[in-house]
Amino acid sequence: MSKDIKIKIRNLHKAFGKKQVLNGVDLDLYKGESLVVIGGSGTGKSVLIKCIQGLLTPDAGSIEIDGVEIINEDTDLIESMHSKMGMLFQGGALFDSLKVWENVAFDLIQNRGMRRKEAKIVAIKVLRQVGLGSDIADLYPSELSGGMQKRVGLARAVITKPEIIFFDEPTTGLDPIMADVINDLIIESAKDLGATTLTITHDMASARKIADKIAMLYKGKIIWYGTVKELDKTDNPYVKQFIRGSSKGPIAVEK
Amino acid sequence: MITHFFENFLRALGRPLVKFLSSLGDFTIFVTKALYNCFVPPFYFKLFFKQVLDIGFYSLPVVGLTSLFAGMVIALQTYSGFTGFKAEGVIASVVLISVTRELAPVLSGLMVAGRIGAAMAAEIGTMRVTEQIDALVTLSTNPFKYLVAPRLWAGVIVLPILVFIGDIIGIFGGYVVGVHKLGFNAANYITATFQDLQLIGIISGLVKAGVFGFIISMMGCYNGYKSKGGAQGVGTATTNAVVSSSILILIFNYLITEMFFSR
Repeated sequence: MSKDIKIKIRNLHKAFGKKQVLNGVDLDLYKGESLVVIGGSGTGKSVLIKCIQGLLTPDAGSIEIDGVEIINEDTDLIESMHSKMGMLFQGGALFDSLKVWENVAFDLIQNRGMRRKEAKIVAIKVLRQVGLGSDIADLYPSELSGGMQKRVGLARAVITKPEIIFFDEPTTGLDPIMADVINDLIIESAKDLGATTLTITHDMASARKIADKIAMLYKGKIIWYGTVKELDKTDNPYVKQFIRGSSKGPIAVEK
Repeated sequence: MITHFFENFLRALGRPLVKFLSSLGDFTIFVTKALYNCFVPPFYFKLFFKQVLDIGFYSLPVVGLTSLFAGMVIALQTYSGFTGFKAEGVIASVVLISVTRELAPVLSGLMVAGRIGAAMAAEIGTMRVTEQIDALVTLSTNPFKYLVAPRLWAGVIVLPILVFIGDIIGIFGGYVVGVHKLGFNAANYITATFQDLQLIGIISGLVKAGVFGFIISMMGCYNGYKSKGGAQGVGTATTNAVVSSSILILIFNYLITEMFFSR
């Protein structure tokens, strides 16, 4: 694996009012690597991913993508960065006014000037890759089950062959079998594209399956970083408590 | 003790003031961004035409009915109120002036604010809380160009057309009551209407309609875009969109009237 850094995050801070969510995050994501950020609810995982994508502006710190600083940069630069990124949202975030295939082919039609007829063929091909038949292409997202919506979201995220793919809680709300199907699809999609992926989750089975590296976020900081093998051997009490899923330990449960 | 009291007093005074100023700044930034993106490509013509259909075509029945009954009731009230002054002859003129200058634009504005402003805030608000707006951004699509600009253009262009149609229907309503209920001569009523027809009255009504269209779309988009907190947040955004646009319509109605007719 190449050791080029794709995303470099340094001393990232973000607060909402008095609540400090990110409190000095340092993280490197290497090219072609699958990094999974784990952490409890409210630890700032989603905020981290939104800062990298320019959806939120951090209060301080630095985020470099391919060596280019993106914080406080103009919208043109951010938009050009988005063209090499794909994102699978937690709830799918499919546009409910558009048909399934129009959702999948959205970027191709709106930004890459592809004709609708041609875009539909490409969309159906990608839908097949995520295990969905062409019969659902003309349905609306509200007519699909949660698992199918996730797959459509995945198809939309990978259709433009992005260099970086973000997965926000990809298995949340799915049954264990469907969760495993999504995990396999994530691995396959990333492998096929050679993409760098950043996943945030609190599903340890999913993290173990898709991660090359795992980082744990706690109280706005990365408190542990390593491989899946190292995860099982670590003495870090926070990580141990989290992977055990125990309410007893140094991580206080917020009441 | 007194210092403490003053500190608390100033704090209580300052907190809402800071909140108000912050909201005002937020709104100003939103309006500036929205206006800028109305004139900068890419333009989404298909979405614009969809909005034209939603705001214009589907609002026709409600605007038509409102204007019809407004014209009818004005004819009836003028007759009943002015009989003592032996001024029945002015009915056509009163209907014309009140419908074109005030009733058609204001009532249509308020009806469309309830129908369209609410729908815009609910749709965009739902897109916000379900991360669809974030998804747009990650798909290299500017939400101001994709969601806000087509709605603003449609609002500004379509409402004057709606109001113009409302003018005709409202005047027709007055004619129906005047001729069929109050027994006026049809030809005389029509002649009186055309004699009193003033361009400035029609134009002021259409200018009002354009401004109201802008207000309705802007408040719908702004409240939807800034909504948060799930279903309850979307509900609040919808209410705020309707209430704020209705109040602004009434305020701007006065200001535009003052601009056109104050001597």
